[in-house]
Amino acid sequence: MNELVFFINNVVIAGCVAGSIYAIGAVGVTLIFSIMRFAHFAHGDMMTFGAFMVLLLTTLFPSAGAAIGIPTPLIMLPLAMALTALLAVGIDRAFYKPLRAHGVKPIVMVIASLGVTLMLQGLIRLFAGTGGESLYVDDRKEIFRLALPIEGVRVPVVITEPQLYLFALTLISVVALHLFLSRSRLGKAMRAMSDNPSLAQASGINTNTIVAVTWVIAGGLAAIAGTLLSLDVTFKPDLSFFLLLPIFAAAIVGGVGHPYGAIAGGFVVGFAETLAVFNWGILLRPFRDSLPDWLAQAGNLAFVGTEYKIVVPFFILVAILVWRPTGIFKGKVI
Amino acid sequence: MPLLDARDVHGGYGGMNILNGVDMAIEANEIGVIVGPNGAGKSTMLKAVFGLLHVSQGEILLRGEPIHNLPPNRLVQKGMGFVPQEYNVFPSLSVKENLEMGAYLKPGNVKRMLSRVYEFFPPLYDKRHQPAGELSGGQRQMVAMGRALMAEPEVLLLDEPTAGLSPLYMNEIFERVKEVNAAGVGILMVEQNAKQALAIADKGFVLAAGQNRFTDTGAALLADPDVAKSFLGG
Repeated sequence: MNELVFFINNVVIAGCVAGSIYAIGAVGVTLIFSIMRFAHFAHGDMMTFGAFMVLLLTTLFPSAGAAIGIPTPLIMLPLAMALTALLAVGIDRAFYKPLRAHGVKPIVMVIASLGVTLMLQGLIRLFAGTGGESLYVDDRKEIFRLALPIEGVRVPVVITEPQLYLFALTLISVVALHLFLSRSRLGKAMRAMSDNPSLAQASGINTNTIVAVTWVIAGGLAAIAGTLLSLDVTFKPDLSFFLLLPIFAAAIVGGVGHPYGAIAGGFVVGFAETLAVFNWGILLRPFRDSLPDWLAQAGNLAFVGTEYKIVVPFFILVAILVWRPTGIFKGKVI
Repeated sequence: MPLLDARDVHGGYGGMNILNGVDMAIEANEIGVIVGPNGAGKSTMLKAVFGLLHVSQGEILLRGEPIHNLPPNRLVQKGMGFVPQEYNVFPSLSVKENLEMGAYLKPGNVKRMLSRVYEFFPPLYDKRHQPAGELSGGQRQMVAMGRALMAEPEVLLLDEPTAGLSPLYMNEIFERVKEVNAAGVGILMVEQNAKQALAIADKGFVLAAGQNRFTDTGAALLADPDVAKSFLGG
């Protein structure tokens, strides 16, 4: 049974953590694609920017959370979301909008977003330095060890406070996004524009407003993902940049332009990663006596080593593009 | 004063003129039909009226007010509706959501106009929760017209509403157009089925090479042997 708990800690919880962050990131990428038809490479750094804003605010007011009893970074999150949304709209106005007005091809937008990525990274490094920093400036990271009430189980299920907040906020974001897209006038107009931009315009929908709303949502979600990731580990200027690949894999697996697909895709990629690096030998341990020698003696039965985790989303990405380019939910083909 | 009055309209794409002086006027509650051979500029004229094409010369008036070269969303506010020939629904949105988008600028209209549109097009009520992309061609055309009607336009522009439909649906769409018009909406439509369209037209405009060739009442054009010989297939 200890082995099962080990599995829960290393695969189920770790997969949910990665999956949630990929899902929130991928939703932003997919929404931007569905409205503006280009792959937004600066998304990872928008996530980092959101986390950086939280770090900045938490350093300025370290004890703000103590009064209410929740970690200060989470109190600062709404503010950081607003600032990141502002940044996203600002970047669009400054760089993407003029290009759109010229009617450039999507690839030009992609390259422009690559430029924005480098710029954002440089700016964040300029102010935050290159080292890692904990977002828990004044608080302590709570770690919960839940001992299972089963005899013979010594290993507890381990979950940290930021992970619990991550799951809660992912759930809230997904439900809120669903209600927004399916119930609100603006949300439906967003889907309409994604379906048929010229007809949306002919219906009197102001496409500039929809573009701005898209950036606000994508920016806000990016701030959530970046902050929660930094809370789970530590803040680093290049932290979310390395998430770009799994996030794009998630968006493509789910079907590009399909928000629900992006959520599913995020969890597919997250679990694929943790399952691939998990040492399956551990689960075989209780049956050691009945296994052939070569299997029982094998030390590590993981599909890939932890250091090669990044190949998993890459493999999924290539496999999906080759065999099912529209993704699980039949999105648009890039 | 005519409801819609286009005078000497010139325009085209990227320096190439397609319209070389088109005149067109319909009164309130009239049906105007534009017919003519391929490449005559029929659809282009409709697009020019709806602000989708730059008008380089001439003017277009809605109730006496100049509207040429205004963006489409302003024209929707001023009481104009447009149904494109192709890609005229939001395929992943439900029928009801498609209709709601038509009233995007007039959210107060939604409830009242939804029930009116369902009265005009009863099949849509049964399919209201179905994605519009799953409907048949004729039903899609109904969704497209319904969407445009949601904003309570004074004048509705229809670009070949019966293109690609079976004869059964074709008759149905012509019937609906007559009903919508009877409810007080002016219609300006482009049609390939010239005979059938002119039969319900108050005004007919026969275009050729971007200019009016014949302009008269629908009945008079149908009776004119010259029109019949050159444009209605004898």
